[in-house]
Amino acid sequence: MKAAVIVFPGSNCDRDLAEGFRKAGLDVQMVWHKDTALPSGIDIVGIPGGFSFGDYLRCGAIAANSPICHEVKAHAERGGYAIGICNGFQVLTETKILPGALLRNAGLKYICRTVGLNVAESQSVFTRGYDAGETIRIPIAHHDGNYTADAATLDALEAEDRVAFRYTDNPNGSDRDIAGILSSNRRVLGMMPHPERACDPAQGNEDGARLFAHLTAALAEA
Amino acid sequence: MKARVHVMLKDGVLDPQGEAVKHALHGMGFDGVGGVRQGKVIELDLAEGTGEDAVREMCEKLLANTVIESYSIEMA
Repeated sequence: MKAAVIVFPGSNCDRDLAEGFRKAGLDVQMVWHKDTALPSGIDIVGIPGGFSFGDYLRCGAIAANSPICHEVKAHAERGGYAIGICNGFQVLTETKILPGALLRNAGLKYICRTVGLNVAESQSVFTRGYDAGETIRIPIAHHDGNYTADAATLDALEAEDRVAFRYTDNPNGSDRDIAGILSSNRRVLGMMPHPERACDPAQGNEDGARLFAHLTAALAEA
Repeated sequence: MKARVHVMLKDGVLDPQGEAVKHALHGMGFDGVGGVRQGKVIELDLAEGTGEDAVREMCEKLLANTVIESYSIEMA
């Protein structure tokens, strides 16, 4: 099983994400943003956290228009698997692979701490290692994590069971406490919290490791 | 040839930065401020023949995120 981790100028969680994938047994290839093709035989694309292009214009906006993101979009449209974490979630909304947008945190402050997440559904390759309704603890580290979408989009996300994670105590003003959402085919996950920062005893928390472990198992079956 | 693009959060989208500026103005005694919205201005130097349609396409594809933002274009 092979994963590609996209690297933009300003990405800073790329190696953590690669390590999360590797610990779960995936081979990882780092892919530079100027590349015009994904490596062949990729099972999942990871878009890491950080500050791609210095968050200029809007978080993720420049990255979303980089050469590799056209390929990521084509990969998602073909039904490929992808996960975008933090800035990666912002990139996924900017590419319109996922609906909605991430606004400045309602409290205006950058927030870096571990928060409680309610697993809102467990019917995707990303969440099937959790029980629906379970509460896990995952770190957040963002300034622009305030998820917003129009009411019709939010209703559709809920009706289709595409809210993957909700904050137990909303830190940033996100609509309906949304911390992570799935694409309509459930193969693309975008989330603001960082499961790759909760994968090792040395990180003090392994609640994120289950996501990568079950993802790898699911990809092997697929 | 120049174009000036104004990008604002759409009405109804909470603008926490505008709210913070409003609170600061109230704190300074400017009680007459009912609301503040903060946006951005992007100036483009355009080659001859680059028209408003092209600028609109730039707005739709990059300069504004139309999920949350609206834009207006001034050609000069």
